[in-house]
Amino acid sequence: MDEAPLLCVHARELRFAYPGGPPVLDIPELRIAVGESVFLHGPSGSGKTTLLGLIAGVLKPTPGTLEVLGHDLGALSSPARDRFRASHIGYVFQMFNLIPYLSVRDNIALPVRINAERRRRLNGGIDDAVAAAADRLGIAGLLNERVTRLSVGQQQRVAAARAILGTPELVIADEPTSALDTDRRHAFIELLFDSVREAGSTLLFVSHDMGLASEFERALSLRDLNRSGG
Amino acid sequence: MLLHLARKSLGNRLLTSLLTALSIGFSVALLVGVENVRTGMRESFSNTISGTDLIVGSRGGSIQLLLYSVFGMGTPVANIPYDTWKAYDEHPAVSWTIPYALGDSHRGFRVIGTNESFYEHYRYRGGQSIELAEGRPAEGVFEVVLGAHVATELGYGLGERVAVTHGMSAVGFMNHDDLPFEVVGILESTFTPVDRAIYVTLEGISAIHIGWESGAPPMPGQGMAAEEVRALEEVPVTQITSFFLGAEQRVLTLQLQREISTNEEVPLSAVIPGVALGEMWRGIGYAEDGLRVVSGFVVLVGMLGMLVSIYTSLEARRREMAILRALGVGPKRIVALLVLEAGMLSIIGAALGIGGVYSGLAILQPWIEGQFGLYIPIGALSGIQLVFVGAVIVLGFLAGLVPAIKAYRTALHDGLSVRV
Repeated sequence: MDEAPLLCVHARELRFAYPGGPPVLDIPELRIAVGESVFLHGPSGSGKTTLLGLIAGVLKPTPGTLEVLGHDLGALSSPARDRFRASHIGYVFQMFNLIPYLSVRDNIALPVRINAERRRRLNGGIDDAVAAAADRLGIAGLLNERVTRLSVGQQQRVAAARAILGTPELVIADEPTSALDTDRRHAFIELLFDSVREAGSTLLFVSHDMGLASEFERALSLRDLNRSGG
Repeated sequence: MLLHLARKSLGNRLLTSLLTALSIGFSVALLVGVENVRTGMRESFSNTISGTDLIVGSRGGSIQLLLYSVFGMGTPVANIPYDTWKAYDEHPAVSWTIPYALGDSHRGFRVIGTNESFYEHYRYRGGQSIELAEGRPAEGVFEVVLGAHVATELGYGLGERVAVTHGMSAVGFMNHDDLPFEVVGILESTFTPVDRAIYVTLEGISAIHIGWESGAPPMPGQGMAAEEVRALEEVPVTQITSFFLGAEQRVLTLQLQREISTNEEVPLSAVIPGVALGEMWRGIGYAEDGLRVVSGFVVLVGMLGMLVSIYTSLEARRREMAILRALGVGPKRIVALLVLEAGMLSIIGAALGIGGVYSGLAILQPWIEGQFGLYIPIGALSGIQLVFVGAVIVLGFLAGLVPAIKAYRTALHDGLSVRV
């Protein structure tokens, strides 16, 4: 590598074990460049959840180093990692992404309400930004709905709108399409791609469905990366 | 932000939240209401008699004197010579006196011999005076006036003939049947022991006892028929039991009290009603502490209910916690969120409870006064009530800590991965 690209995620000799348990992760090296869209193939039991927990800063990486956006997460305290996640990472779960007692609008607005830095990155007011994100994902008409009335597909789009609001540098999507039927999977991934690209964010997309890998710039297999095999 | 979330979250579980707040509301209402009733009871108790500076009786305990002269309970140990009372009645420092001659009853109700001064000077509950509902004060030897309760209980009206028993037994076997009295007046209700007595003149009491000087019923031929008594120009009054006294000036009260208690001819006691009432209230007031303890426990039960309701909702909210964690909300803010929810519930509960007490009082106050003679004042919350309400709210926040700490642990353990 002549010119080192700017790295969004950079892990070296990353190992992790839950207290009293066997090692679940042992990754010699993982590099994800800024602006990349990466497909990470992770069947269940491959340490996928643990790796995402580490990158998102919910778990503390010891030993080894894990740098996300140039921050050494191992050196940050737990509250500092929470703040880091709030301002730099958008997260989409497999399902049940939404707080049931908030409206669609309030759900999308959550990250910028919680984090001031992410609020400052908005171009205009919160309402405008929420409307724009909803528009981007084709859910502008649902803003005032109760989230319990949405279909699963609509819920995932709301979650995606929330993940890109305030343009976080890294968007992590953890099996976001596994609850959708095949037609909608591709449509959803298209939408996610477009909006992440528009925001200039890096996308880390995790799935056990290899059929989606072809749509990404780069596909990684956690089984190959992880020496401890989950 | 957290406040917004807490509000929405409570609103989402509206029925549970409302029921929880209501149960706290009831306990707060009980706590505050008991305090109101306490105040009402103490006030109506210490207002049983007012405006009187001293109560004078034969030497004895002050509470005993208070009991037999004001509350119509128990019997006096000795009497006061008529002349001794008269001397104080005419004392320059004394404005007025009300004599009481006790010891007789009619069907279980006390008969009190007194004079016109009773109708003029007796005061209760902040200076209210004795009013006649019907008729006029007793003036003649054989005239009686009934307390309001006596009149309704016995169903007597004006003009009714009444016999008076010597001694306090309800079914005195030595009835003064030969001296029938006539009802000439009925008093307005006062909700004090005044309602439970029958009033005659001092002469009337004496007349009953003519021929009884030896302590036994008159021998045949020694007693006097009613006509004979009526024929007397003046019935001699030789003794009374106690008297109420109003001083010319309040400041003279202590001096008068000393003078009366050190009377060398007759052993007397003079008590200041307020002081004796206070002493007596301390003696019986412990009962209200029991009420306080009970309502305190009710509050604890209400709190426990809230704790349980939040705690049981946590399992269903694990997902919500994971979402908040993914959005970068720290575990401490999750604790704060749950504590805030508990605090808000107890604040709403406290508001409901206080509102309940005030509206309940506004509706029931006249009824309670009419039924029990208990006037419960409606006013701003007292210091102790504010302390109680504050304590309930603080307790509510603290109770929220229990589920919050559980949520804190779960959030740390679950991280972003909750399988639903």
